[in-house]
Amino acid sequence: MDTLFLARLQFALTSVFHFFFVPLTLGLSIFIAIMETAWVRTGKEKYRQLTKFWGHLFLINFAVGVVTGIVMEFQFGMNWSQYSRFVGDIFGVPLAIEALLAFFLESTFLGLWVFGWDRLPKAAHAATIWLVALGSNLSALWILVANSFMQSPVGYHMSADGSRAEMTDFSALLFNPYVWRQFPHVVAGGLTTGGFLVIAVSAWHLMKKTRDEEAFRTSLRFGAIYAFIGTMLVMLAGHTQMQDMVKTQPMKVAAAEALWESENPASFSLFTVGNEKELKDVFSVRIPGMLSFLAYNSFQGEVKGIRELQAEYVQKYGAGNYVPSIITAYWSFRFMVGAGTLMLLTALTALYKVIREDYTFSPLTGALLFWSFLLPYIANSSGWILAEMGRQPWIVFGLLKTEQAVSPASVVSSGELLLSIIVFALIYGLLALADVFLLKKYASAGLHAAE
Amino acid sequence: MDLQTIWFILITVLFTGFFILEGFDFGVGILLPFMSSEDRDRRAVINTIGPFWDGNEVWLITAGGAMFAAFPNWYATLFSGFYPALLLMLVALIARGVAFEFRSKHDDPAWRSFWDWSIFIGSAVPALLWGVAMANFIRGVPIDGSMNYTGGFFNLLNPYALACGLASLSIFTLHGAVFLTLRTTGEMHTRAMSLAKKLWAPATLLSMVFAGYTFIETDLFRHLGVNPGAIPIFSVLALLSVIVLLNKEASGWAFIMTAISIAFSTITIFMGLFPRVLVSSLKPEWSLTIYNASSSQYTLGIMTVVALVFVPIVLIYQSWSYWIFRQRITKDSKLEY
Repeated sequence: MDTLFLARLQFALTSVFHFFFVPLTLGLSIFIAIMETAWVRTGKEKYRQLTKFWGHLFLINFAVGVVTGIVMEFQFGMNWSQYSRFVGDIFGVPLAIEALLAFFLESTFLGLWVFGWDRLPKAAHAATIWLVALGSNLSALWILVANSFMQSPVGYHMSADGSRAEMTDFSALLFNPYVWRQFPHVVAGGLTTGGFLVIAVSAWHLMKKTRDEEAFRTSLRFGAIYAFIGTMLVMLAGHTQMQDMVKTQPMKVAAAEALWESENPASFSLFTVGNEKELKDVFSVRIPGMLSFLAYNSFQGEVKGIRELQAEYVQKYGAGNYVPSIITAYWSFRFMVGAGTLMLLTALTALYKVIREDYTFSPLTGALLFWSFLLPYIANSSGWILAEMGRQPWIVFGLLKTEQAVSPASVVSSGELLLSIIVFALIYGLLALADVFLLKKYASAGLHAAE
Repeated sequence: MDLQTIWFILITVLFTGFFILEGFDFGVGILLPFMSSEDRDRRAVINTIGPFWDGNEVWLITAGGAMFAAFPNWYATLFSGFYPALLLMLVALIARGVAFEFRSKHDDPAWRSFWDWSIFIGSAVPALLWGVAMANFIRGVPIDGSMNYTGGFFNLLNPYALACGLASLSIFTLHGAVFLTLRTTGEMHTRAMSLAKKLWAPATLLSMVFAGYTFIETDLFRHLGVNPGAIPIFSVLALLSVIVLLNKEASGWAFIMTAISIAFSTITIFMGLFPRVLVSSLKPEWSLTIYNASSSQYTLGIMTVVALVFVPIVLIYQSWSYWIFRQRITKDSKLEY
């Protein structure tokens, strides 16, 4: 097997797994901070109990997020050494800043939060979890500054010998429009991940009529509002992202829509079976004008199709195939949007219930509320698969192809890559089992177990 | 002083900080199974580093990020070249990181024992591997004209590197034992003290072997001159003083001395490297230096400003966290599980 394929497989495995844990850290940290602040301000015991309860689940999740994050930092150099040499001048900077500004903050204050219950005044203790939340969300910002350069490179020039990209404008990198569409989308995705987990676990306790009913009603109320806000924001941010992407990465949009020919007004595909080799539909149901609306907030406007873009890129970048895997882009987009739509439905259902103070659930509502915690995971993962797979064949759009980025086979052999894939798969499998086992145990045990 | 030199110094500082801080929590992890077989005692041992270990590990993450940003070729050559060693290191860091969180969350002896040994292995392996890595930096590894590592895994496991690995393993373990004498009372304190005293002789001996071996195997001493200067000498003296201080029950000073010894050894190695960052054993001119491995002046300038502003802030709040948890853990301490 060639090293390019194996390196990509490993990146897919380790990054998707890592990102199972990150969004919950982003969203749940803020939720816990709100709970603890409510405790400090009202003095009500239930808020303290809820803080501890969600804190336990947070810590179990956080541990796996941290250790799988170290793998990500090492992996760029290990498997993608050519990439690292090419973009280190730019890409390394936000990574280093992420560690310095975000990881130190997050880890130091989490230590203070976990072990400081008896050593810090109440308000100071609550402040530590706010700083943890700030740290983790800041880390999302900096890693997205790095990722945005790969999606839409700005603030650089090519070195004199053409061997690497060099930063010329740090503020352009930081204020890359792509960052400020992607970052809110990811943070809001974190809010939904936290919010729906809160809804699911709280609804479960209410349905089972466990002894902590009163506290879990409160929890469900907060969770419903939180998940609703998160879902609205994630959709809004996603919409603005689409409007940017149609300019910066039109091929990704065309692939996500299986839009073979340029259209004006452009239609949105509800369901397409396509022939990827010949770039045409086998069968397709489309809403006229809808894609133009998503892209331009107007039912008019041209969205370029795959064939035209391919021809354009051949002119611009030379011969080659510039079409990403359409089936992957198309379906990951649909899974993301589909999960998002169900999230909105669930959040509205939960809101309706808590506004009416009705905490009895029909089996269907109960199932919807409980299983809703899976939806953000589906949306988060498929969103990233679209973002990364839809950019192919580029690793840095327009500058470096993925096939040029991998470590030379003379340095990192396919055997080494295969071995490391097997090792990571086994360890991650074990981690997932232990993590799910512990989350389930503490989620179902209720408030007293977290004391 | 040019920006490349400033960044070489900053990365030296980050590695030094990492070895001093994570050094003792590696040591505590290694000693965990030997401190006690009682569950409560083991939890107390973990709690001595509980609030700190994650923050300590960020020193490594930051050093890695700084290497990537300031010297991309160093980062790329090192991480792709030392592949299997880094894979092993990652497995170890994963195992210990989750173990600290997972071990107490389920009350079953087999579960706890599994995670306790994960902490042991996950601490011992990096403690050894960091020595191996540092030795190979200075001894030189086969790097070709296009900055690519051409050796295999076993190139890294030469006797000299293993000697350095054993030295770092033993020093970190000693450092951890001394840390435990500072953070515990009663029986645990007595136990830690006796372990520290027992560990001192092998740690000192292995460090001497490593120093002598370095003289034969590398150009480090030639690089530093006939008179190697105060830093390596103080490193040795600090280590020698540890046993005297332990015998006087002066744990605080003993800890300062193990920290100084670790810091000064690290600085000695980086001084011997300068201005190289990875020595090529094939041809001296193929070595990576702070100049052929570095980022552009613009990037180094940006990074310098960021580091000068934020490193002091990090130091302040991390020190504050150590201050908050300065009290020893006693038999009656409430242990956050």
